[in-house]
Amino acid sequence: MPELDEDQLLHVSLGPQHPSTHGVFRMNVLLDGETVVSLKPVFGYLHRNHEKIAEGITYLSSMPFTDRLDYICPLTNNWAYAQAVEKLAGIEVPERAEYIRVITAELTRLINHSAFVGFFLGDMGAWGSALMYAFREREKILDLFEDLTGARMMSNYMRFGGCRNDLPDGWAAKASVLVNEFPRFLDELENLVTGNEILIARTQNIGALPKEALINGGITGPMLRAAGVAYDIRKVEPYGIYDRFKFRIPLGTTGDCYDRLMIRLLELRESLAILRQALDQLPEGAYIHPKAKIRNFKPPVGEAYARIESPKGELGFYLISDGSAKPFRYRIRPPSFINLTLLEDMCLGLDLADVVLILGSIDIVLGEVDR
Amino acid sequence: MSLVLNKSMEHPATSSRAATPPPAAAWTLPGIGLLKGLAVTATNMIQSYYRKDRMTTVQYPEERATISPNFRNFPFLAYDGADAMAGLRCTACLICENECPPKCIYIVLDRDENGKSLKRPKVFDIDVSVCMNCGICAEVCPFDSIYMDGEYELSTTDRFEGLLFNKQRLARSTDYHAQLRPLEAAEVAARRKADEDKKLAAQAAKEAKAKADKAAKEQAAAQESELS
Repeated sequence: MPELDEDQLLHVSLGPQHPSTHGVFRMNVLLDGETVVSLKPVFGYLHRNHEKIAEGITYLSSMPFTDRLDYICPLTNNWAYAQAVEKLAGIEVPERAEYIRVITAELTRLINHSAFVGFFLGDMGAWGSALMYAFREREKILDLFEDLTGARMMSNYMRFGGCRNDLPDGWAAKASVLVNEFPRFLDELENLVTGNEILIARTQNIGALPKEALINGGITGPMLRAAGVAYDIRKVEPYGIYDRFKFRIPLGTTGDCYDRLMIRLLELRESLAILRQALDQLPEGAYIHPKAKIRNFKPPVGEAYARIESPKGELGFYLISDGSAKPFRYRIRPPSFINLTLLEDMCLGLDLADVVLILGSIDIVLGEVDR
Repeated sequence: MSLVLNKSMEHPATSSRAATPPPAAAWTLPGIGLLKGLAVTATNMIQSYYRKDRMTTVQYPEERATISPNFRNFPFLAYDGADAMAGLRCTACLICENECPPKCIYIVLDRDENGKSLKRPKVFDIDVSVCMNCGICAEVCPFDSIYMDGEYELSTTDRFEGLLFNKQRLARSTDYHAQLRPLEAAEVAARRKADEDKKLAAQAAKEAKAKADKAAKEQAAAQESELS
């Protein structure tokens, strides 16, 4: 790189209040003309002290707070936390509850990935159409969630040893109708975006990193799979009952923004395949383990780490119990935060307009980044 | 160490633009993809004028959307009978106060002049500006006292007193609960009735047993006095 004249560089502070930063997130960008010379992410504006608060309240009381981590997909957060506590206390989950968990988690993935496409196109300048179509479909899924959990977003649904309540009458039939109608929306979405010449010109060969850099950086989820690394926790370390379903893991080749978009579109189809199988096989039975305790829950002394494949990557909860009703240590491994760490490496040498696109392709939610 | 490995790698900034050439797709007329997308947008726009399922706007407040029977908002306190304050099921056990994640419940136990617990709340306040509608209070309550309400038109101009609900404001009759959530209320009523019956039966059995014991004792005493 030739010597840069300090006086010729332009310092741009993107954010924290900026529509392209997906929340309150700031990037200190140093520009040489249009080219990014350095980029320093600044986060913590949405810090809510979640981990420390969780150490002062009971295990059950933390459950509604996990909804607010990644608020696009609260049910997968619930699941990860419930799984960690179940591991800690050695609680078994009845079969029906496992099926309900898979169904709700995959519906959440539908919401996340279709909304991602909308937000990503918004970052590109196509603000409106794609996001509104995605939110139209999301609304149908949120109605299902409201029937099931009582709230559209802040579901607070999973419990240690199962779920809070059983499926309401006719819920599974309604979900089946939705799953059967969803492919039509996916066709529409693919017609809208995938062949678009402007989109291809803007996204191909933007933000790619070598596989090794991604693995070293701890990147997980669709970001990693877009670069061609076959790593999906549902396959490599099946949790719940994911080993019973037949589904494929879409893989990209280059890991650029276009691949990241396409991976999500393809994963939507695989989620639909899982949903169809789960709704077909849904057994009768208890939705929560009969011996699961709601009051006076005290897990034995020990520690546990449980992880799941949340729509954004590996979401893990690490808990240490000292035998009391409150966790001694409560730690979250959020996918958004760790996927964000390689932002500068992805952006160096590119234009400022690409920075917005790359940030969009990481698919962050600031509630989870800052916690 | 992984950090060392990281350094030995080629820095991506030098190579990311030219990392991979664009895939050699079959030649198509430039702009076809764009037109396809515009066709989707146009179809959606036209459909939104005549398709019933696309006309989703509900003209609130003239119209109301139907609300799911499971929908939960803020908690209320259930009472039996006609007098709200006398019939409150709450025993001020403080379980909900302890379990409440944002700690928005404040309870003071009512005591008589000797300091003996009256098993009812003197103060039961919920700060709904802090409440996050999670429903854990309703879940943990062992006395079937607290449930989640479905009321959502609660805006007020007074953000302190107007959003601090006291026990008078929170009290709702069990009929209201039965109307709001018929399934849940019927289940609770059936369980409470079964418990009550069990209690009555146990009490009756206890009384019968006491009576029998007393009779046996008297008989034994009579026999003893006869012998002496």
